Parts: sequence; structure tokens; C-alpha cells
Amino acid sequence: MKKLRLEPVLWMLFSGGGVLAAMLIPVLLLFFGVLFPLGLTPPPDYARLLHLMSNPITRLALLALCVMSLFHFAHRFRYTVVDGLKVKQLDFLITPVCYLAAIAGSAVSAYWILQIP
Amino acid sequence: MSDAHVNPRERQQPVSRGWWLERGSYFMFMMRELSCVFIAWFVVFLLLLVRSVSRGEAYYQHFLGRAAAPGIIVLNVVSLVFVVYHAVTFFNAAPQAIVVSAGGTRVPPAFIAVSHYAAWVVVSAVVAWLLVGG
Repeated sequence: MKKLRLEPVLWMLFSGGGVLAAMLIPVLLLFFGVLFPLGLTPPPDYARLLHLMSNPITRLALLALCVMSLFHFAHRFRYTVVDGLKVKQLDFLITPVCYLAAIAGSAVSAYWILQIP
Repeated sequence: MSDAHVNPRERQQPVSRGWWLERGSYFMFMMRELSCVFIAWFVVFLLLLVRSVSRGEAYYQHFLGRAAAPGIIVLNVVSLVFVVYHAVTFFNAAPQAIVVSAGGTRVPPAFIAVSHYAAWVVVSAVVAWLLVGG
């Protein structure tokens, strides 16, 4: 069955995405979400950030972070709603919507990250 | 679904939809699961930043201004709490997921967890240095 072969891949994406998100998101969120907006640390100037984001390694890291985090989200959200909140009747709808959202989000991420000058 | 089709085993243990509100540990489990929503929000936030930097300096300044709106700051502070909780629970669970053997003996589980925390510190320091160091 197709589903049986896909499931291990989805678990791999879940745990890989979980590790990447855990390693990178707290520090990025601390700076861009809290310290810069509150004026506690001056944000990097435009030229510096553009230079950093244009670097192929940064692009790759950003892409991996976005794609893996989205699949981590899709997998965990699916099980939380279907098993955790006991919405088994809507599993047929929730599961495809979660993964399709992750696929669509990944496509947007790839396109926007490629477009960095 | 009529009762006739319910598996007898399931009928023996009815679990309410609010089961996770019944105990502190269940509640924390649900909060851990809920962290994924804040991870998804961060991806959106990060992509908006990437997009603004691609479009030009005025857009970047606009992004910084929007990120400083009180509602967004509150959302990001809450997200930070959830994502840190996700990180701690994920790293603490890592020894159960990763079994490494070296020279025929199993690498101690504590070492696996500690190495994740060490990597976390290094990665955070590198990112901080790239953003504001030098």
C-alpha cells in the first residue's frame, strides 16, 4: 500500500524538521521577533543582511529550515487534531490538507529563496 | 456512526475530547504538540522577511516596522516560549530516538542529549554572530 511506504518518510521529515526547528528557530525568533522590534539590539543594516542571505549556504539553510519545519508542522498537527482532539471522522480531510499545505509552503519557500538577488 | 458499529474495546474506554485538560502532564503534552503551530507561524514570518529583503531596503524597513507592532511582538514572544519548549522536549527525547554504538558499546544516552544541547549553543552563537557580531 502506498500509505505504508510514505509513512516512514513522513516520520523522518517530522523528526529532521523537529531538530532543525529546535536548533535554528529560537535564536532567529529571539532576534527578529523580540530583540530587534523592542530596540534592545540594533537590527543588521540592509546591505549586511542581503549579503548574508545571498550566500548559497544561507539559502540552503533557509530552504531546509522552511521545508523541514513545514513537514514537521504538518505531521504533528495532523496527529494532534486527529488523535489528540479525537477528530477521526475528518481524518480523510485533515491529513491531505496538512501535507498539501506543507508542499505548497515548500514551493513558495523555494521560489522566494531563489529570488533573493 | 451508530453504536452497533463501535468497537467494543473503544466503548469500554470512552475518552473525552478534553482529556488533556484533566491533568497537568496531559496539558503539557498538548502544549508540546501545539508548538508546531508556532513553528509554522515562524516559517511565515521568516518568509516575509526573506521576501522583504529581496524587494529592497524600503521593504526591509517596512518589515521591521511591522514586526514592532505590539500584537506581533506578543505573538513572537509566545512563539519563542513554545519553540524553546519544543527544543527542550525534542532534545530530551533524542536519546530514545537515536541509539549509537561505538566500538561495540552503546554511547550513553545522556551523551546524545548533551551533544544536542551543545550543538544548539554553537548554532545559536554562530547565527547571533552572523546577524549582529563583528
